Amino acid sequence: MQNIVEIQNLTKSYVIGTSQLDVLKGIDFSVSRGEYVAIMGPSGSGKSTLLNMLGCLDKPTSGVYKLGGSDVMSMNDDELSEIRGKEIGFIFQSYNLIQQLNVIENIEIPMFYQGISEHESKVRATDLAVMVGLADRVHHRPFELSGGQQQRVAIARALANNPLVVLADEPTGNLDTKNGVDILSVFDQLNKSGRTLIVVTHDSRVAQRAGRVIHLLDGQIDRQVYN
Amino acid sequence: MQVFRAKRIIKLGLKSLWMHRLRSVLTTMGIVFGVCSVIGMLAIGEGASREAQATIARLGSTNIIIKTVKPPDDMKASGNNTIMSEYGLTYADAERFYESLTNTEVIVPIRRLNQDAWYRNRKAAVEVIGTVPWYTSISSLNVKYGRFLASNDLSYQQGICAIDERLMDAIFKMDNPLGQTIKLAGDYYTVVGIVDSRQGGKTDNEARTGGGDAGGASSGTVYIPLTAVKSRFGELNVSFGTSGGKVEKVELQEITVKVKSMEDVLPTRDMIAAQMEQFHKKKDYDIQVPLEQLREAQRTKRIYSIVLGSIAAISLLVGGIGIMNIMLATVSERTREIGIRRALGAKRKDIITQFITETILLTSIGGILGVVLGVIIPKLVTYFFSMPTVVTGLSLTVAFGVSAVVGIVFGSYPAWRAANVHPIESLRHE
Repeated sequence: MQNIVEIQNLTKSYVIGTSQLDVLKGIDFSVSRGEYVAIMGPSGSGKSTLLNMLGCLDKPTSGVYKLGGSDVMSMNDDELSEIRGKEIGFIFQSYNLIQQLNVIENIEIPMFYQGISEHESKVRATDLAVMVGLADRVHHRPFELSGGQQQRVAIARALANNPLVVLADEPTGNLDTKNGVDILSVFDQLNKSGRTLIVVTHDSRVAQRAGRVIHLLDGQIDRQVYN
Repeated sequence: MQVFRAKRIIKLGLKSLWMHRLRSVLTTMGIVFGVCSVIGMLAIGEGASREAQATIARLGSTNIIIKTVKPPDDMKASGNNTIMSEYGLTYADAERFYESLTNTEVIVPIRRLNQDAWYRNRKAAVEVIGTVPWYTSISSLNVKYGRFLASNDLSYQQGICAIDERLMDAIFKMDNPLGQTIKLAGDYYTVVGIVDSRQGGKTDNEARTGGGDAGGASSGTVYIPLTAVKSRFGELNVSFGTSGGKVEKVELQEITVKVKSMEDVLPTRDMIAAQMEQFHKKKDYDIQVPLEQLREAQRTKRIYSIVLGSIAAISLLVGGIGIMNIMLATVSERTREIGIRRALGAKRKDIITQFITETILLTSIGGILGVVLGVIIPKLVTYFFSMPTVVTGLSLTVAFGVSAVVGIVFGSYPAWRAANVHPIESLRHE
């Protein structure tokens, strides 16, 4: 199977004042196409930092990170933006929709930065809205939607550019049980249709559904569990 | 493709400005008032300057005007005693100019006096101008009916006159003045022509200095051959003040020398000055050069423009600082949005473009409103204060252009700040 994500001996350190804080201390793993991976661990274990590295929001201090075969370590700011927009779909705990824009316009944002024409992006955004079950809400603004609906918009937006990998950061963290389960079943469908998912979470329900769970502890991989 | 993208970026910018309507409007005000005050002030300045220049140009830029001035010591001497004072320009001066000056087109001697003009039983105080037929070439006098003075009138000291429209209205009322006679100081003059009042009514009165017979509001002007004035009125003016009578002898109030081209003005002025100094012991004359006044007016205008330009720059600067302030606030308020956009693939330059576009939209909309107001306000000023104003295309272009540049200059720093927000930190930002 083809590896989409390849990580070898990845470290990330922050210098705070005179002391150095090692958050990630040599991580090795790979994710192949169509996998559903959950990353779990206690607070401070480096989950979020790892997700930021995977999402190309920040560069690791050392090691190897290849996303879809491209070397992320050697990329400059523009190239990082480019790969984020093209190959990564982000889903955040707090949805991170732009309040001034309606559902369609929010879904269109990643396409706008990839230079997709207005007409095409409108069509694609509408399709995605329908797919996540928001056909009757396309002109609503985020504050007019429930948390579950907002997270669906975020999922649609994450898929806008047909990315290699979808990264989710505590996607159910702000949702009640019912909505949380709802969102997880959307994830299941995505995975079934061949999407690669990496989800950082505390939620044990995610762990049950994922194909593999990576447990982080103190900046290192503690164990990996295959379901 | 790029055009569509630009359209979408502008749409996006307008949208986010619309989201904060009140703030956008208030921010724009600085630019609106800046631009409209610039245009308005320049329009008023231009109007005033053009009026001044037109007044001077009416005096003639190739003219040199020599005027009789009452010398200062005579003024003292005439305090208590009834003495005859003799001063001012003379026929001999005019003769000398004829003979000695080259490059002249015409030389026009003028004698002025104030008289009452009678027609039947109607009377009007008039200014009598004794002059020569070619007077018309130094003034913008238009003959409305009949003719102006002719050479024959001068040679034969004819008792004829041309009157202006003001006098015609004052004493002739419904009668046709042509061929009628008016009475001036016991002599009769046949009216041969009517001229417009502009010259006699305004400029000459303003420009008149010295001369015993100056002063008094006249309700018209009568033009008479200089020779006729000389023989019938003489050169003596008798007037009685509170402290006694006085007699003055003044031959001519004014000699206007018109030279062929503007280059001749200053050399000829110098020659005239030298001659006058030689033949007049007292300083009983004054030489005026409209060309110099014109140049002075142009210099004044330049200074005026610099002052206005500085005020303009300052007001637009203040407007620009206001905009920068608001944009900086906007950037920190929208840090999260910036983070989201960055995470979703926006490059630094996309963020810069977005924020600069918003600023330029603000300043351009302000600029357009300012131009509209700037065109309207001078019209109101002209209407209510009857001040001449001229809105020039240049001032519109400059004011609007500067407002757009202000957008770029003062939008750059906030946009740069926005683009350098780190995606992770901005996503964490609440």
